[in-house]
Amino acid sequence: MAGAEGDDSLYPIAVLIDELRNEDVQLRLNSIKKLSTIALALGVERTRTELLPFLTDTIYDEDEVLLALAEQLGSFTVLVGGPEFVHNLLPPLESLATVEETVVRDKAVESLRKISQEHSPVDLEVHFVPLVKRLASGDWFTSRTSACGLFSVCYPRVSSTVKAEIRQHFRTLCSDDTPMVRRAAASKLGEFAKVLELDYVKSDIIPLFTALASDEQDSVRLLAVEAGVSIATLLPQEDLEALVMPTLRQAAEDKSWRVRYMVADKFSELQKAVGPEITKTDLVPAFQNLLKDCEAEVRAAAANKVKVFCENLPEDSRETIIMTHILPCVKELVSDTNQHVKSALASVIMGLSTILGKDNTVEHLLPLFLVQLKDECPEVRLNIISNLDCVNEVIGIRQLSQSLLPAIVELAEDAKWRVRLAIIEYMPLLAGQLGVEFFDEKLNSLCMAWLIDHVFAIREAATCNLMKLVEKFGAEWAQNTIVPKVLGMANDSNYLHRMTTLFCINALSGVCGQEITTKHMLPVVLKMSTDQVANVRFNVARCLQKIGPVLDSSALQAEVKPVLEKLATDQDMDVKYFALEAISVLALA
Amino acid sequence: LSAVTVDKVDGFSRKSVRKAKQKRSQSSSQFRSQGKPIELTPLPLLKDVSAQEQPELFLKKLQQCCAVFDFMDTLSDLKMKEYKRSTLNELVDYVTVSRGYLTEQAYPEVVKMVSYNIFRTLPPSDSNEFDPEEDEPTLEASWPHLQLVYEFFIRFLESQEFQPSIAKKYIDQKFVLQLLELFDSEDPRERDYLKTVLHRIYGKFLGLRAFIRKQINNIFLRFVYETEHFNGVAELLEILGSIINGFALPLKAEHKQFLVKVLIPLHTVRSLSLFHAQLAYCIVQFLEKDPALTEPVIRGLLKFWPKTCSQKEVMFLGELEEILDVIEPTQFVKIQEPLFRQISKCVSSPHFQVAERALYYWNNEYIMSLIEENSNVILPIMFTSLYRISKEHWNPAIVALVYNVLKAFMEMNSTLFDELTSTYKSDRQREKKKEKEREELWKRLEDLELKRSLQSDGIIPT
Repeated sequence: MAGAEGDDSLYPIAVLIDELRNEDVQLRLNSIKKLSTIALALGVERTRTELLPFLTDTIYDEDEVLLALAEQLGSFTVLVGGPEFVHNLLPPLESLATVEETVVRDKAVESLRKISQEHSPVDLEVHFVPLVKRLASGDWFTSRTSACGLFSVCYPRVSSTVKAEIRQHFRTLCSDDTPMVRRAAASKLGEFAKVLELDYVKSDIIPLFTALASDEQDSVRLLAVEAGVSIATLLPQEDLEALVMPTLRQAAEDKSWRVRYMVADKFSELQKAVGPEITKTDLVPAFQNLLKDCEAEVRAAAANKVKVFCENLPEDSRETIIMTHILPCVKELVSDTNQHVKSALASVIMGLSTILGKDNTVEHLLPLFLVQLKDECPEVRLNIISNLDCVNEVIGIRQLSQSLLPAIVELAEDAKWRVRLAIIEYMPLLAGQLGVEFFDEKLNSLCMAWLIDHVFAIREAATCNLMKLVEKFGAEWAQNTIVPKVLGMANDSNYLHRMTTLFCINALSGVCGQEITTKHMLPVVLKMSTDQVANVRFNVARCLQKIGPVLDSSALQAEVKPVLEKLATDQDMDVKYFALEAISVLALA
Repeated sequence: LSAVTVDKVDGFSRKSVRKAKQKRSQSSSQFRSQGKPIELTPLPLLKDVSAQEQPELFLKKLQQCCAVFDFMDTLSDLKMKEYKRSTLNELVDYVTVSRGYLTEQAYPEVVKMVSYNIFRTLPPSDSNEFDPEEDEPTLEASWPHLQLVYEFFIRFLESQEFQPSIAKKYIDQKFVLQLLELFDSEDPRERDYLKTVLHRIYGKFLGLRAFIRKQINNIFLRFVYETEHFNGVAELLEILGSIINGFALPLKAEHKQFLVKVLIPLHTVRSLSLFHAQLAYCIVQFLEKDPALTEPVIRGLLKFWPKTCSQKEVMFLGELEEILDVIEPTQFVKIQEPLFRQISKCVSSPHFQVAERALYYWNNEYIMSLIEENSNVILPIMFTSLYRISKEHWNPAIVALVYNVLKAFMEMNSTLFDELTSTYKSDRQREKKKEKEREELWKRLEDLELKRSLQSDGIIPT
């Protein structure tokens, strides 16, 4: 490494390249990740003439290293001397774009797309387009797959002759022999269509779309669906019927459930793309079929779209369409045999009430909500409860409360703690909507029961829940209903419950205010400092540190300080540690 | 299944706690219940009609068997289902023993009947996280019919009267493509039949061979690089094993490409354990055909060596031993350095099963003889790890194995061994020094970068 000292530009490339060749993959990877540093040390000229050729030649490495390299090169333009020299980056990226591993190839394509923008129009035609053509006519499928992603970035900036060549190459790839390439082409078809002139969309893209959408492999056909949506947005309304609708109709009834699933999944986008008239004539019946599909996967995907689809129906006929065409299907889905379908429906069904208004909701939707609230699958019930706010706006929650309560109680005691956790998280919302009376009467005991759950995450969430309830109902309510119960647990024989008291105090002192904290909570905390379990004692220290700011200075000096000082001499080192920490944070030393 | 669960000692596996699922069954996805019962008019038995009438009746029966029933509905069409079952049984027997039944008109009807019954869109897998090692496969509900259709088709293909020159009009590329898609079936019984069917087709239709290989290629590439999901990989590899066995020498470029670009990358897939035995068999078949492929194969394995999955590492070590069992000494020399650098890492793996598997190489006489011939190259590569493990490894069994290996090396080449022992310390120091120099280099480079960026921001004047 002699000579490296002092003169920046004289780092011998050999030393740096040794780093890039290190036997240890991890070290090699580290060096590649700092490739910009190496380039900087070499300067722009030697980066171009020495480093890049080295990188181009030695592309046989672990995919992880190649991935890092592909990523780095995307932001290397400055390091090779700016846009004027950016084409120097093409050779290594071209090799990377032919690698087998998909992540590497995709990253190389991403970098190529990025640097394509830094090419001048002339450089684009002289350097970049030839690269795309080489990739598009490569022997192995990987290079042709990569080419698919590069057409759309150069097309808008080249001359019309080159444009014609690019279109020709894309056409060829759409009918490639290997399904991998056709899939890549199908997935870029929409993007490519967007940069084409409208006439070429009609003359070139439509036939390609039709062909891909009837490919022998369903994996290709399903990608064409997405392209169809993009293409539909580009065409004027009067052309849609003739050019894309036959194909899309066929896709909605494809024999492969994967294709139908894709149609269901893209339904809202499709609806937007084709506009209100075609929605009425075509999409409504198609949607009905998808909601009744024989595969649960498809029904679930369609069920997920029920609300958005209804929302975007043309206003003049929205209610009629929902009531006569959609709602009957929805009614059937409520008692579907598959729980994912019911659960998908439950997550959106409440949204229909805002669209249909009060009377329809009470008459038609409410019975469905009630059925779902009693569903055997907890996820379905949970999804209904998590969306109560939509109904609340339309008819108020009282209508539901009779059925709501048993559902909540059951979920609150579900055997799966994640379900219990989820329902706890909705408690503050429910409390706000049901009001304090209803809450005290029916739900308060549940909230307190969670404090002694055997799973810590539930106890923790229950503590946090109490804090949010106090924020809603106020300190006075807290003092009368929950504080006595919480403090009562300080005498429990189980030390975990005693600790819960402390955790609750941590959470509640702020919202309850100084008076309640000093008068009711502090004495209990101080008394617990002599607990025989060290974990309780050090949590006393942590609790005091937490509630200290709420207390006034006389209480701190007269009551807190002596206790902390005593804890600081505890024989348990954790207790000592937290006591000392509290003393220093509260500045009581 | 319970035996498998007990064997699993991994306490972190969520699935092992899960209760065993009931056997599930599923039916074709395209089946939409039409609501109408299917009526088939019973026909006389083939043996009850005269020989001249048989071909005609055979065709009629084939046509009847094109009717497909809904097996998810266990109550519907019971009588007709039973009738079709007995007809299929009769057809199976008929093609096995009869002579002169295969008229030219029968070919399209047979293929049509088989296509109607077996070609269908496979339904979605019941759970996204289907783990073939632990979950029970979903069984095909219509198996009572499907099995007989497969059975019939195989007997047909194997029949002495079967003429590929006529059949190739109907058993074409499109047919094969649909057949290959069925290998994704979750039902192992169906995949087993498919394996036989495809094997027969590959054997009898020379014109389809290249096409079949290419489509299997595509399935594998999609499996490796796109979906990581395909149920029939093991079965396809099994067929390939015998296909490779039959390759003529010298191997065509196409076949070598298949080895390097498809079979080797198959090692990267998460579910390797499900088809590793078949894969390793294919690899070894290739190497037995053409030993010159050893180097690219071993380099490929080293490139895809598992980084975190110890179970896979053990599989790789097993496969490597199979390769070393057949390696030619001239090939061994070409690859020994990178190979033993990896083995040296495996030997010092903290996972004792990996270390143990690698150390077992020293029990293999042939490998031992290769190591002995090249001890001057291999010993320096292995020595550091071995020496360190003999002092540090947590597992006493590994330490004991390492002692044996060290002893073997000492006996092989005592001069070099003594030399390495005496320079062990200074070598470590030299390594440390080199490491320090590296760090300094990088530190200087980073300072430089910082300075440059300050300059370009105009904070320090240039």
